[in-house]
Amino acid sequence: MNVDVKCGLPATHHIFSGCGYPSPTQNAFVFNPIFSIGPLHVTKPELLMAICVVVIVGFFWVAFAKPKLVPRGAQNIGELGVLFVQNQVLRPMIGKKGDRFLPFLVSLFFFIWLMNLLEIIPVAQFPVTSHTGFVWILVAFVWLTYMSVGIRAKGPIGFFKNMVPSGAPWWILWLLAPLVLFSDILIRPFTLGVRLFANMFAGHLLLLVFYLATWYFTSANFGAVYAVGSLAMSIVLTGFELLIQMLQAFIFTMLAAFYIGDSMETAH
Amino acid sequence: MHLVVMAAAAQSETNPLIPSATELVMGLIGFVVVFGGLGKILLPRIQKTLAERTDLIEGGLHRADEAQAEATKVLEQYREQLREARQEAARLREEAKEQGAQIIAEMREQAQAEASRLVESAHAQIDADRQQALGTLRRQVGDLATELAGRIVGESLADEARQSRVVDRFLDELESTGDQATQLRAGR
Repeated sequence: MNVDVKCGLPATHHIFSGCGYPSPTQNAFVFNPIFSIGPLHVTKPELLMAICVVVIVGFFWVAFAKPKLVPRGAQNIGELGVLFVQNQVLRPMIGKKGDRFLPFLVSLFFFIWLMNLLEIIPVAQFPVTSHTGFVWILVAFVWLTYMSVGIRAKGPIGFFKNMVPSGAPWWILWLLAPLVLFSDILIRPFTLGVRLFANMFAGHLLLLVFYLATWYFTSANFGAVYAVGSLAMSIVLTGFELLIQMLQAFIFTMLAAFYIGDSMETAH
Repeated sequence: MHLVVMAAAAQSETNPLIPSATELVMGLIGFVVVFGGLGKILLPRIQKTLAERTDLIEGGLHRADEAQAEATKVLEQYREQLREARQEAARLREEAKEQGAQIIAEMREQAQAEASRLVESAHAQIDADRQQALGTLRRQVGDLATELAGRIVGESLADEARQSRVVDRFLDELESTGDQATQLRAGR
């Protein structure tokens, strides 16, 4: 990026100032460390994630610490969330036999959702899940869960044999078996993680493009018209992102449930 | 934001798919805390509460059903008792009616018996009176006739026996004519 003295300060960096549009890059996702603990450099995303943890545990503590038979306030909302995961994700994907995975799926859903949601929360304004480190950890938990569930349900050999569709002709098996194993063991976690990360990454870039454009167009002359249009677009996209954040958390949790349920099933 | 972009520009471009160690470590801790706090401590509590609530509602419905059945049973019992009471009352009324009729019949019978007894005793009394009167009359008529005949004949019929015999014969003749007259009166 070519930074000269003329274009260095925000106040001078508008349209008609001779400087180009400062399009957002991958660098928008790189932060300077706030503080370091040994080799670990804590930056904004880590801090936001820690806040998410506190908020989730705090909220559900208020809601569920002393549950009442007749729910009030936070307990109502918490129950709504838990029952949503149970009835919309767990039961359709695994069925009643998967009820022991409810704590895992509820934790996943709310953790991801809140980390996504921070993208449009003022001051934070950054989706934690656009940093892959947090996503891969969650994917690792899902992968370990569905692999161990499968191996426990069918035995180490039976589990892998079960992945390959039965009844396939022998001459296709040499091609089919590696593909299916590759898909179930490696592609699944990879796509699960990338889907979440890329959606949040792209969403953040999209919002940046229009917010930066709003600021870029803001000037005393004709550019203000563009600025208004760009601002309107930013607001619309913020609403759109609100939907995407919820949807991605839902899809991640649902696929996790599907993989677990798939591992429990005997017939492929 | 602009400053951020500029600050980052100095750093080398990194592959966003490759995570940093800090993120992995903190992400692991973060999720473990969320899963431990929400999943392992708080969720079981709310699940217990939800189960209790379901039990309570189902129990309440069950109890309501039981109470309904109980009420129906009691109502049936009351209806049965009412029907029995009505039958009992009807039976008692019938009995009372019968007894009343019987009593009336008995009373009537008794009254009739009493009446006929009275009539009979009156008849007997009348007969006795009549006999007495007849006796008295016969004696007086005899005396009178004897006295009269004595006076007419002029001699005293001193002989008692003869006197009596004459009088009796006379009265028998008289009586037979009187009986005929009585029979004629009764036949009327």
